[in-house]
Amino acid sequence: MIELKDLRYDYRNGPTLSFADLSASAGSTLLVRGASGAGKSTLLALMAGLLTPTAGQVFVDGIDVGALAPRQRDAWRGAHLGFVPQRLHLSDALSVQDNLGLPYVCAGEPVQPARIAELLERLGLQGLAGRRPHQLSVGQAQRVALARAVLRGPRLLLADEPTASLDDEAAVEALRLLIELAALSRATLVLATHDARVSQALPDAQLLQLNRAPACSA
Amino acid sequence: MFRLIALAWRYLWSQPLTAALNLLLLSLGLGAISFVILVSEQVEQAVTRDLAGIDLVVGAKGSPMQIMLAGVFHLDVPTGNIPLATLELLRKQPLVARAIPLSLGDSLQGYRIVGSTPEYLDLYQAKPASGRVWQAPLEAVLGAEAAQRSGLTVGAQFASSHGLAGQGDAHDDRRYTVVGVLAPSGTVLDRLVLTGLESVWAVHEHGDEHDDDHDDAELDAKREITMALVSYRGPLGAAMLPRWVNAQPGLQAAAPALETARLLRMVGAGTEVLRGFGVLLLLAAGLSVFVAMLHAVRERRNDLAMMRMLGAPPARVAGLVAAEALCLAVLATVLGLALGHGLTHGLGLMLAAQQSITVTGGWWSFREWSVPALAVLLALLSAALPAWSAFRLDVTQLLQTPR
Repeated sequence: MIELKDLRYDYRNGPTLSFADLSASAGSTLLVRGASGAGKSTLLALMAGLLTPTAGQVFVDGIDVGALAPRQRDAWRGAHLGFVPQRLHLSDALSVQDNLGLPYVCAGEPVQPARIAELLERLGLQGLAGRRPHQLSVGQAQRVALARAVLRGPRLLLADEPTASLDDEAAVEALRLLIELAALSRATLVLATHDARVSQALPDAQLLQLNRAPACSA
Repeated sequence: MFRLIALAWRYLWSQPLTAALNLLLLSLGLGAISFVILVSEQVEQAVTRDLAGIDLVVGAKGSPMQIMLAGVFHLDVPTGNIPLATLELLRKQPLVARAIPLSLGDSLQGYRIVGSTPEYLDLYQAKPASGRVWQAPLEAVLGAEAAQRSGLTVGAQFASSHGLAGQGDAHDDRRYTVVGVLAPSGTVLDRLVLTGLESVWAVHEHGDEHDDDHDDAELDAKREITMALVSYRGPLGAAMLPRWVNAQPGLQAAAPALETARLLRMVGAGTEVLRGFGVLLLLAAGLSVFVAMLHAVRERRNDLAMMRMLGAPPARVAGLVAAEALCLAVLATVLGLALGHGLTHGLGLMLAAQQSITVTGGWWSFREWSVPALAVLLALLSAALPAWSAFRLDVTQLLQTPR
């Protein structure tokens, strides 16, 4: 589960962002909505332990992520966090197979080829293991990024603008897969988006609305 | 660690042209360094070996360097001949422990025929691998290389050619018989054909009208040798004998140690140039690797940031960059050493064709450890700034957090 408490972040020479307290249970979906510059990415960075809160805490499964030492945050991210970036960031120097092996290498663990094969099959990507990302379609590349995010069974799955470059049909499919994969590992899914289609597709999701202001509130 | 190296290897070859060019530059530089080490070490060792026990070379008036090269290494032409009586004169000197005569002038397929005494073999502790040492005129013992290249074995006969280059007229009427083949000694003897002094005189005195009334003393008075290899009885010899020899009419003293030092200085200048060229190549390679690594880190900053997001600590990401450079260094070391040994082998073949000093690509020097050490050092230096840049990567850029 994820919990925000008195969370605030002050940018150097920039705005101050305050976030409303909230609590999202394990396996639930949290929608973080707001226009560009409202602080969605900042909130994701705070949840991922990439930024240290100026005030307040971010708890993930009871762990105050912001209070962890840098090395502990790296280890925590490797073990418990899944991330689907807006631009996917698959390495073009590596094959699909090697891209999916990266989470293990980064965590300093042996690669699990069986787990990778299982995910590839579940996502309809069997036969593409040897291809490079630039040889995939947009949809295929997004599924590879999804597979990379859920490979090690994260407790928290962050998706930054997951439908940004997709048409309606692809957007629906992407959301469906996200929720399905998050449910498999009982991860809390946090979607940061300004895409109205996401809200429409997930009417029952918990909502955190961010407004563009020096001090924002839900 | 192995997984990181495997990943680094994949990243390295994701830009094959850049990697290949950097590999080529590095390998050429390391190969040049290896070549210089191998050749200079073998030449120094060969020179030291061939100088064994020879304190002075006495020849006809002329260049001491030429006398030394002709008498010790059998590389140059001698300055002329000296009277046979010189040998006795030298042996009577109290400062002289030993004087070994050498008579040059003929050859077998380019290998010099040297008339001497069995003491010459003792100088290099050479022993026959087959057959025996000569005991009578026109009996010859072949050095190991001379035997191998000529294909002659014990019992075979051959005619010597006039001149040291093997292209003069053959002395067909006076044929030698091979009575022994020396075991390889790694010295100048390997590329010589050895025989007694009498053989050389017999070949060249044939055709002269011999008057039965001429006695041996008269013959000896006319006979000549090319030079004498002298060993001192004590350190005083080094101070006194060269001056005494030079004062004799028609004689020139050459101190091998002195002349060799001069020679190695001259050769050393050449090796320094080559070494400098190798260092220049390495510097160019280092610069090229640095530029390639910096460019790679910039191009891959999102990949590296994603790795941080996946839990890799900054040191691991920086280590990936360094590992890429180290992979290049290891590969370049292997190729560079292969190139160095290959070039040395090629040089050895060229020198062997000229019956010159033996140099081989199969030689391994302890000093070659400097090659991988240089490669690793260069790789680490080239990768230092790019690795630091990767270490300091701002991961939040992945999320496009405004600043």
